[in-house]
Amino acid sequence: MIAAREQDGDRSETTSAPPLWRPGPFATTEVPEVRKVAAFGGIYSNHRALEVAIADATERGADLLLCLGDLGAFGPHPDRTAEILRQAEIPVVRGNYDDSIARGLDDCQCGYTDPKDNHYARISYDYTLANTSPEHRAWMGSFPDELRFRLGSLEVLAVHGSPRRMNEFLWETTTPTHFLDGLVREADADVVLGTHTGIHWSRPLGPGRWYVNAGALGRPPNDGNPEVWYAMLEEVDGELVHEFIPVSYAVEALANEMADEGLPEEFIETIRTGWWTTCLEVLPGKERSRGRH
Amino acid sequence: MDPPPGGWKAAASAGSKSAPGPDVPTAPLEALDQLWFQVSGTVCNLRCRHCFISCAPDNHSFWFMTREQVRDALEDSVELGVKEYYFTGGEPFMNHEMEAILADTLELGPATVLTNATLMPRRRARALARLAEDSLYTLEMRVSLDGITREMNDAIRGEGAFDRCVEGTAELVDAGFLPIITCMRSWPEAETEGYLEAFRTLLAGLGYHQPRIKILPPLLIGEEAKRTRGYEDTERITHEMLHGFDLGNLLCSRARLVTARGVQACPILLESPAARLGDTLAEAASKPAPLGESACFTCYLSGSICSNTGSTTGADR
Repeated sequence: MIAAREQDGDRSETTSAPPLWRPGPFATTEVPEVRKVAAFGGIYSNHRALEVAIADATERGADLLLCLGDLGAFGPHPDRTAEILRQAEIPVVRGNYDDSIARGLDDCQCGYTDPKDNHYARISYDYTLANTSPEHRAWMGSFPDELRFRLGSLEVLAVHGSPRRMNEFLWETTTPTHFLDGLVREADADVVLGTHTGIHWSRPLGPGRWYVNAGALGRPPNDGNPEVWYAMLEEVDGELVHEFIPVSYAVEALANEMADEGLPEEFIETIRTGWWTTCLEVLPGKERSRGRH
Repeated sequence: MDPPPGGWKAAASAGSKSAPGPDVPTAPLEALDQLWFQVSGTVCNLRCRHCFISCAPDNHSFWFMTREQVRDALEDSVELGVKEYYFTGGEPFMNHEMEAILADTLELGPATVLTNATLMPRRRARALARLAEDSLYTLEMRVSLDGITREMNDAIRGEGAFDRCVEGTAELVDAGFLPIITCMRSWPEAETEGYLEAFRTLLAGLGYHQPRIKILPPLLIGEEAKRTRGYEDTERITHEMLHGFDLGNLLCSRARLVTARGVQACPILLESPAARLGDTLAEAASKPAPLGESACFTCYLSGSICSNTGSTTGADR
């Protein structure tokens, strides 16, 4: 919590406005209203895509940028991602990776059981843990499990996996509408915003009610294109209007950094080609059949 | 190990008849994420030597579910917030309404069929692929194959099963499915990587180049108790073992099994009277699952091996 106090302290020195967020749950009336929010899913240490996305979202007029967790994994130099997020004062929801790194757990809590997936997950996790500074680990330990804010007239709950479990996968083709509807109702929100799967999608649940998965900035959504994605949301006449925005960034520069750090060729291939090569076990059949591996 | 007088099944049933006493730990239902259907009862076209519920062509102790019975449970499942639907047996495709049942299900959510793939002519594989294409949701086909050779598989699943399963799997792959291949581990755990590589080679020969292979630990009940061994008396979940244990690792904390006659705590305990939690899904969802059966011990050690995605313990591989 020391890091959290530091962060709040930094903000109070530069502005007299109330903080845009605080760890929930809290009363809706206490939360300042936001007009347009940019949501960044898993960063996976892709600091180059993060920098481009921050500039892009700011240019598009977002008045709140937030990160839905999983700062590390997969990519190089995890501290760079942490530094960029802290510099930009972007609030972060705790992801399973952040939770593991902060607490020094044995693994990333993705729940892989396939030996090949576990092999690569182990490389990724050990690298990230070894290369995240103690200060950033303490900061990650301060992330809230959820952020709640008003987007115009809509109540939005931002989480990493689902409102009930940080590492729950909500895939488009294995998540029934009635199930999502129940989650959103129980969350007492109009919109639930999440990530964790790495593939962006959304589903309407009724007037003004949505589930939105922001996808990931860390790696492409297994579609054969190296662009990565984030989500932009705003309220218009009581309805949620959202779009998924592709981000082009210096893929080769990132790939070279990954190679210099000795990260597996399989990770670099994903960054370059847009096809997932690892962590495929958790993909449902439909999503998997759209990929190449 | 010789069976006791009356056989293992009778002994297991006798041991289960008494209602769970205060010494039997229980697991509350945290959320009904998975709804399982014993859609072909205990009727199977094979007579596997490791079947934990002794399914066979002449085992009619549980009969087929009708499309109407499944529909009723599907309706109830919406209110209960079910996330995934699983169909098992016996062999689900022994049920002549199976394709219609899957069509009903895929309107609501994702479905997984646990099949031996020996009843998978091209017409059926193509029909299933059309159902999958027409739905927003995933239809997973989970194929049981218990060896990398004809000899290894058929020693467990019966003569001719390997060839028919391989043909059926090839039809599924040709129709566009990426079947999850499941295999009960019948070798020392240290040899698993070698077997996985052999499975990948076998499946690549069928044109299946991105296989997902799920190796399951044996469940020492039913036929498997005769083939290898049953559980020891000490292999039971106790209250002490649950201290600090995440009950969410147990399937019964987030699933129920609907049959043609009642609702059970989980698909493994089909024949356990103690695991019969009610006539209706709502009734069974309101009761905790007793953890007094010996097979609960494997779930405790290995996590929810029955689910498509593994346990949080990572032990089922």
